[in-house]
Amino acid sequence: MNTIAATDMQDMIARYPAVFKPGFFKRFRGALIFIAIVIYAFVGSSFLHIGKVFSNGNWDIAGAYLADWISYEVRPDVKFENGYLNIEFPRFSPLGAKPQPDWIVKTVETKQITPEAEVFESAAPAQAFSFMAPDAPTAEKPAEPAKPSSSFSFMAPDAPTAENPANVGKSTGAARTETKSVTTQADITIGDGHVVIVPGMVTITRGGETLVIDVERDKAVHPRGALPDWAQQKYENEKVVARFGFDGRVEVQNYKVKVHHRFLGWENFIFDTNSPFWNKSAGEVLSLIVSGDRIKPDQSNLMLALDNFFNNAEWQHGDVWIKLMQTIVMAFVGTLFASLIAFPLSFMAARNITPNGFVNQFIKRFFDFLRSVDMLIWALFFTRAFGPGPLAGISAIFFTDTGTLGKLNSETLENIDDKQREGVKSLGASPVLVQRYGVVPQILPVFLSQSLYFWESNTRSATIIGAVGAGGIGLKLWEAMRTNQDWENVFYMVILILIVVYVFDTISNKLRSKLTKG
Amino acid sequence: MKSPVKLSAAGAATERHWQELSRKRRFYTCLSLVILLVALFGSLWFANETNAGKFFDRLPYFFDFFGDMIPRDGWEIWRALFDLPSPYFDGSLKFNYPEGRVYLVGALYMPEYVYKMLETINIAIFATLIGFFLGFVLCFLAASNLTTQKWLRFVVRRILEVLRAFPEIVIAGFFVAVLTIGAVPAMIAVAIHTVGSLGKMFFEVVENADMKADEGLRAVGANWVERVWFGIVPQVLPNFLSYALLRLEINVRASTIIGAVGGGGIGEALRLSISRGHEAKTLAIILLLFVTIIAIDQVSAWLRKKIVGNQAFAFGASM
Repeated sequence: MNTIAATDMQDMIARYPAVFKPGFFKRFRGALIFIAIVIYAFVGSSFLHIGKVFSNGNWDIAGAYLADWISYEVRPDVKFENGYLNIEFPRFSPLGAKPQPDWIVKTVETKQITPEAEVFESAAPAQAFSFMAPDAPTAEKPAEPAKPSSSFSFMAPDAPTAENPANVGKSTGAARTETKSVTTQADITIGDGHVVIVPGMVTITRGGETLVIDVERDKAVHPRGALPDWAQQKYENEKVVARFGFDGRVEVQNYKVKVHHRFLGWENFIFDTNSPFWNKSAGEVLSLIVSGDRIKPDQSNLMLALDNFFNNAEWQHGDVWIKLMQTIVMAFVGTLFASLIAFPLSFMAARNITPNGFVNQFIKRFFDFLRSVDMLIWALFFTRAFGPGPLAGISAIFFTDTGTLGKLNSETLENIDDKQREGVKSLGASPVLVQRYGVVPQILPVFLSQSLYFWESNTRSATIIGAVGAGGIGLKLWEAMRTNQDWENVFYMVILILIVVYVFDTISNKLRSKLTKG
Repeated sequence: MKSPVKLSAAGAATERHWQELSRKRRFYTCLSLVILLVALFGSLWFANETNAGKFFDRLPYFFDFFGDMIPRDGWEIWRALFDLPSPYFDGSLKFNYPEGRVYLVGALYMPEYVYKMLETINIAIFATLIGFFLGFVLCFLAASNLTTQKWLRFVVRRILEVLRAFPEIVIAGFFVAVLTIGAVPAMIAVAIHTVGSLGKMFFEVVENADMKADEGLRAVGANWVERVWFGIVPQVLPNFLSYALLRLEINVRASTIIGAVGGGGIGEALRLSISRGHEAKTLAIILLLFVTIIAIDQVSAWLRKKIVGNQAFAFGASM
């Protein structure tokens, strides 16, 4: 076995100093780059104010928004009236117009009450489950407070009278005593918690702990004793919030108790509450469609069911699918046109095919121009020109990808094997035939696979440029997100997009592997 | 045309077979062309039908828009770009260039759009860095030559896939709701997408690595981390860096777009100025974007060529 003597080692080190004693920069290059990155991380994060933004973030709400993706809330309000309770559901409650959920147990008594002319009216329903409904109150356009009118002062705009027996037959609101059957106690079950509401007092039980809250109507809220971990009162005499984890929360205010009860799932996914098929089991719906009498005389039940499904006010299946189709079409047509135009242009740009320096350079710079004026800029331009819609998206993808595909194709052309071309040329073929038989067979699989790849990647980017108005599902996503109410719709669309992207990925991968093999 | 030579039975069979094959091939080519054409015209009809303005109705006005983009004089673009006062200033937003100045020291200022452009570039660099480190960590777990547990590979690969395909705009929108509008939501959105796509490219590189170094390390009893760090990383790092640079180019564009729909930066400025019809500002921003994107592309291409040589230009397989 070879052994190296110490003298040999010294000799080698002396002869190859660069190997054994590398320069300072070479030795510490990795460390230096790492330090530079760390320094940049600090500088960059202070430039973008990352720390400040994160600490100011509304992290409490993030949990609620995430929960909204897969669940929905029912939000009844229990109002303290003069000696009785008034349970109201918001206008767009997922439970329909006259909900009687079994988790609210009412005790109804007949007693003498004094209606008031002026009552503290809360703002009208804050929850809108249908997005884009023209009159839905949204984050941008808060609901107008219901005007207290003298005659119907207890009634929220749509509050059903059956729900509030006190309202029945109420005449002009003079202070006068009436005998009515009214709700005097409400027992509400939320998950593992239990809330008992009587006029002037709320008792909340959760996990063996009981919290009693005295409510001075329109004045103050006084919890008795220390608050358990699951309840908070930020300011004295102000509202008390009791939380029941994922199942919801209860806000005790001095004039009402706001109940938020959360249920897992997507509410009214097939039919909305206005549909005659709403709240019917699949079997019932099926038997109605197959053999039931016509619900509307001018439409068969099947057509009615389909119509109700596509025009579901909360989920808008029809509109969402049309927008998704637009996104797919934008990517498909944009990429197809870009490939068709880039194909001949790349022959003119390749310096071995077109031996004219001026034409090469001109077309190459033209490709660079198309590519570097971003897809966003093209999208904004064409949205102004064609109006919002898929035409703008198609044009934006077409322009950008003509540049990118042209550049890639001309680079491919410049790297082709020249022997085949020479062979065809030596047979005396015309220039067009030389390209057809000498060049195209070599590059066509590469071109096609590039185009397929861009088709697939454009399906993804078409979503984003849609959000600036260039058509497709992007804008719909963006609108649903801006209300901060419709995260379940966002999730629905995300799932659809993921399915589409996955399917197209698979198709394009299959075709591409076939092309590169064959 | 009849063949002049009389073919033997075997020869005739071969010829018939060949003719059948080529007929079949021609049939399939025609069929796919027909399908493509039908899909194309169907798509075009659908796009036109669901667009706000119809293509042929809007076409005559198409060039009006370019006419609207011409500023009152050419110098307006420079004034808008460098925040110099405009002679046409009439108190409106359109000519208020100096208002956007970001003062650094005393009277020294950075023009508004340069600042916004820097913001966008920073978003891109930061997102690429985050994506690089997380993708770096995840890719070894997804590579079949380093991770023998099938379930772990499966889980990591699915995670990377979802991160890649999840629409960036939804992530941005969610964080806009939580963190308010600004650069950070855009950064998070781009970063999450970058983790997914870099992770995927990285594990493909790792799977093609030469395993002899790994074998040597295994023979001397190195543990998993040592094998990865000393056997694989030195081989794959140049490719990783090249992909990260390529990703940086893409991320500059992506953060511009995300900026336009709710993140800060130059994208938002561009969207606002186009929708308000401020031609000089729009052109200034487009010029700035154009120059910046070309500069970043060139620098990155040069660096990639230095790091990995000519294979740096494998563009198609890398987005």
